[in-house]
Amino acid sequence: MAAAVEVQGVSKRFRLYEEKYTSLKERILHAGKVPYHDFWALKGIDLEIAHGETLGILGRNGSGKSTLLKCIAGVLKPSAGEIRLRGQLAAMLELGAGFQPELSGRDNIYLNASLLGLSRREIDKSFDDIVAFAELEEFIDNQVRFYSSGMYVRLGFAVAVNVNPDILLVDEVLAVGDERFQQKCMERIHRFQKEGRTIVVVSHAPDMMRQLCNRVAVINSGQLVTVGNPGQSIRRFRDVLMDSDENTGAVPAVEIEEGSLAAAPAPPPSNRKVRIVAARLETDHPERTNMHPGEPARVVVDLEVTSELSQVVFGCSLWSQGDDLIFNYEGAEPRRLPIGRSQVTFSFASLPLLDGSYSVNVKVQEPAGGTVHARMEPAVVIPVENPGLTTGMVSLPLTVELTTGTGQSEPALVDQLPT
Amino acid sequence: MARVEQAGLPAEPRTALADDLADLWGSREDLPVRVVSARVSTAHRLKEIWRARELLVFLVRSELKVRYKNSFLGFLWSFLNPAMVLLIYYVVFRYIEHTQLSDFAVFLFCGLLPWNLFNTAILSSAGTLVANAGIVKKVAFPREILALSQVGVALSYFFFQTCILVVFLVGFQVMPEWRYLPEVLLALVCDIVFSAALALVLSALNVYMRDIEHLIQVVMVALFFAEPIVYPYSSVQSHLANHGLTWLYLANPLTAMVLAFQRCIYGNVKSTATTPSYTVRKGLLITHIVHTPIQSLANYGTGFYLELMGGMLAGSLLLFYVAMLIFRRVEGNFAEEL
Repeated sequence: MAAAVEVQGVSKRFRLYEEKYTSLKERILHAGKVPYHDFWALKGIDLEIAHGETLGILGRNGSGKSTLLKCIAGVLKPSAGEIRLRGQLAAMLELGAGFQPELSGRDNIYLNASLLGLSRREIDKSFDDIVAFAELEEFIDNQVRFYSSGMYVRLGFAVAVNVNPDILLVDEVLAVGDERFQQKCMERIHRFQKEGRTIVVVSHAPDMMRQLCNRVAVINSGQLVTVGNPGQSIRRFRDVLMDSDENTGAVPAVEIEEGSLAAAPAPPPSNRKVRIVAARLETDHPERTNMHPGEPARVVVDLEVTSELSQVVFGCSLWSQGDDLIFNYEGAEPRRLPIGRSQVTFSFASLPLLDGSYSVNVKVQEPAGGTVHARMEPAVVIPVENPGLTTGMVSLPLTVELTTGTGQSEPALVDQLPT
Repeated sequence: MARVEQAGLPAEPRTALADDLADLWGSREDLPVRVVSARVSTAHRLKEIWRARELLVFLVRSELKVRYKNSFLGFLWSFLNPAMVLLIYYVVFRYIEHTQLSDFAVFLFCGLLPWNLFNTAILSSAGTLVANAGIVKKVAFPREILALSQVGVALSYFFFQTCILVVFLVGFQVMPEWRYLPEVLLALVCDIVFSAALALVLSALNVYMRDIEHLIQVVMVALFFAEPIVYPYSSVQSHLANHGLTWLYLANPLTAMVLAFQRCIYGNVKSTATTPSYTVRKGLLITHIVHTPIQSLANYGTGFYLELMGGMLAGSLLLFYVAMLIFRRVEGNFAEEL
């Protein structure tokens, strides 16, 4: 089956004028000598998005991710290349774009939905759903200008999702309304996924991507860096982020090094203040390749500090194979890091994990989510083998007791959990 | 059984038609392919605009609704300007210039109808893309619709003004020459296509050169006098012929439209010039008042009108095609220019 969205060699050039002339008079006065330079926001992007897939587009601010989404939506026309879309499209670039404040909510639903490409009959059919979803039954005949900003975006979102698109484009607009409404939005997105609709999400928030997407594309300076499974892409995105923090511009040609039990060293740009030299896993049973559930484990990280840092915290996170976050610690007490070699040990008194292989990511950063000085993803991979009967991810202490009608208690069944 | 089949019969052609339409315009079921590219064919564009026809209706309706809601006198405001124009010219030409046309108000109205349609459509569409920057930047839809919706608004005013004209006709007891109605309809189509073409171009260019909007207002004032709206065609006909400029005057599509409207609606009104004449009889000076019928309208035949209209329609359609090309050419950068 043909892809839902085919992006073929799409480039987009913006002409940046040093001074913008927006009148005929000025244009005539400055005819032929308007200084400008070309800026390529997208450079030869090739991308295929299959039907039913949820693709995330990840990139820093100004990387071109929103430009790509706008091109897919048809709001911007690419300077070169073309995009083919199969199916009805709804783009949520901005919620409630095109609401006419003077009109009632009812009129605006019709106007907005038909802007998104719905026919009158289709709108009639889903009108009640839209109103119910936006929870605006009482106010639907009021002028939209009297709506609160929350009501406004709710109505916008309700219209967009009820368009029932085959392809839905979302540009970081999911963070609207209160928590309950956000929950509802996410549920709707998940339902779309189950119904096999194609979704393209743009964000600079990797965690949302991990939850939502089948595949993630990373864009930097208008070029496609990588497309792949979320975990891999997000790791690559972090590399790109860090590298551009130091030497802005160029896309690094560093391939991701797949984590192994032995540590993978981080790329060492010269002006980094801290470098993670190595990381290793220490267990109580070094003779076994696999750990057992509930055993203690230590992740020892060697640091090389080239310039003193007065306040840093050490964070670590634990991820499942499917890139689900199991545990995250962002660091609390700020510490001083003197020049020279240092060692950080993350000790888990017990790791109640079941079968699988788990990655531990570590980072050194400024307190309260500040600059990340160094990170290693993954620092170590922990393979766990469960000799017991339980399955899943986390080993929880469990007893099962049966009391029968005769008042006799059977002895409790206890799983063989090594402690 | 036979009855059932018979009952089922009439439904047959309709489904076939629906299928044809679905084939032509694409339906949700077979997932229409949309291509976003710098190069899209005009036929494809027209198809997209056709698909968005309901949006056009919604936009026109909401525009009217907003204008209606916003002000105390509501809808009437939009007629204040044309009414004022009518009144001023009526007073000036009737009582100051002493025009010899009878039912001068009806004559004015005939010319103002197609002019107002054009004028309103152009003036309001020029700024529409800039005014609707919010949706142009954020929503993908054929942007031509915005300019076209302004033509739609002007067209609905046209129909309201036509209703008022009917009141005038009844009041002045003027009976239109119904034979010429087809030319009027042709002129109306011409007017719509011509206005739409200019609306497309001007609205698009105004994104890049924002003073076009103001320039148009100036040009419109001059253009108003290039058609025989406030003066009869007969008063310029001989001058034009003397200078060989008749073709230039008639090349203005609005002139053709105005003439067609006047011929049909005003054609039955007889105007007479009253001039005193003196004769000497038996040594006495006798004064007569002589009534000579004057030719107020163009004295061309139906063939000429049809030719003129046909030419104008062809020209307007060509212009519309060119306008689509220009619009598409510059449309790609709207979102960044606004």
